[in-house]
Amino acid sequence: MQKTYYDPADLKKFGKISDWNQELGDKFFDYYSRVFEEGTLSAREKSLIALAVAHTEQCPYCIDAYTQDGLQRGITKEEMMEALHVGAAIKGGATLVHGVQMMNKVNKLEM
Amino acid sequence: MTTKSLHKRESDLANSNKQLKILSNGIFQNGDLPTFKEKISKSGQFPLKAKKLEILQINVGYMCNQVCEHCHVDAGPDRKEIMTKETMLQCLEVIKSTGAHTLDLTGGAPEMNPNFRWFVDEASKVGIKDFIVRSNLTIIRANKKYHDLPEFFKKHNVHVVSSMPHWTRGKTDKQRGNGVFDASIKALQDLNNTGYGMPNSSLRLDLVYNPSGAFLPGNQVDMEKDFKKALKEDFSIQFHNLFTITNLPIARFLDYLIASENYEDYMHALVEAYNPLAVSNVMCTNTLSVSWDGYLYDCDFNQMLGLPVNSKSKHISDYNENLLEGRNIEISQHCYGCTAGAGSSCQGVVA
Ligand code: SF4
Ligand code: SF4
Repeated sequence: MQKTYYDPADLKKFGKISDWNQELGDKFFDYYSRVFEEGTLSAREKSLIALAVAHTEQCPYCIDAYTQDGLQRGITKEEMMEALHVGAAIKGGATLVHGVQMMNKVNKLEM
Repeated sequence: MTTKSLHKRESDLANSNKQLKILSNGIFQNGDLPTFKEKISKSGQFPLKAKKLEILQINVGYMCNQVCEHCHVDAGPDRKEIMTKETMLQCLEVIKSTGAHTLDLTGGAPEMNPNFRWFVDEASKVGIKDFIVRSNLTIIRANKKYHDLPEFFKKHNVHVVSSMPHWTRGKTDKQRGNGVFDASIKALQDLNNTGYGMPNSSLRLDLVYNPSGAFLPGNQVDMEKDFKKALKEDFSIQFHNLFTITNLPIARFLDYLIASENYEDYMHALVEAYNPLAVSNVMCTNTLSVSWDGYLYDCDFNQMLGLPVNSKSKHISDYNENLLEGRNIEISQHCYGCTAGAGSSCQGVVA
């Protein structure tokens, strides 16, 4: 029996999600591949964004996939780590900025 | 960082039979690896047949001033195999007699063969259309006696093809040794100053990129753009084309794959990326590789694996076009490396 929730081999089966709903699955994958095409942003920049988001979302599949993708594109580990810090800063900032809401609430409720 | 060849270290993998054994008997934890033969049979491409000879690749010796981590030749300063003048003369006879349009000198560092300049001199008179010398760049800066190589190349109008793993020092030095990046940059600038690699120059300078690890190369067009931008901005360096090549699981790269426990995943990655369209363009179909001791192989990789041509004509001294053309090419699991993705070989992406 599988002992962990995540199995690296499952990443390769991602496409199978279309099996139970072909139409929506296809729409998602069409959209997904279109998003990553070279556009105003380069495919390289998109790969770094994806890597940062993979970490903030804490998706092990995406972390594997976009680390590999980055290496294949010649992205350096220093660039990858910098992208992660951007993700971490936004995530940290997003946590902290909600502190304003907490402060508002405290100020409103406290005498 | 590797400092000695597998041969010098007396590693098991210095023996090509051991390498072939690992490649063909791979016992994998996650599923089986189909054989390359089965794979190409499915698309009706077995046996792979040699067409007319277009490219003669000559390996003039395994000696090299570098000991790159991934080297499929297992080259290095401690390798003494070197082509003699006599074998070079036999090669010249063949070059004259065939209709091959490309002559490709490789090694090791071909420039370290004591008869290298003489050979280039003679071979350039034969009227080959594309005369390639694979220079590792650092050799140009290694010793004063090599400093004039760019001028020498220019004099013979040779096409310089050089390997460059990355536009950053860290990645380059990791794969090829400390100091390689700075020396390569200086050598590229020397070549540019001689006229090599400039946009409208007929002095061709191409770079070859291969991944610095257990992953496949990215898109050749994108990589070329990134290399060009970075080298121009950071070092004012220009070059013509970048060729991306896949590392084949041979010699030191195989050793690295096994030691880093990436072998199984890497082989699966190659098989997953298998592209039947790339099969018809693999270099062995129009190339012959001559080893330092004059034996004939379908490609440089087969040379390193000790898989000679399947033909009665086995040595450059008894080269026979009629016997070689149409021969069945020797294949094994390493051939997956040539057919992954867009497909690549020593010449870069092929499809
Ligand atoms: S990869 Fe090229 S430069 Fe590096 S050791 Fe091998 S032959 Fe020499
Ligand atoms: S390694 Fe590549 S070039 Fe050599 S025989 Fe196999 S497919 Fe052909």
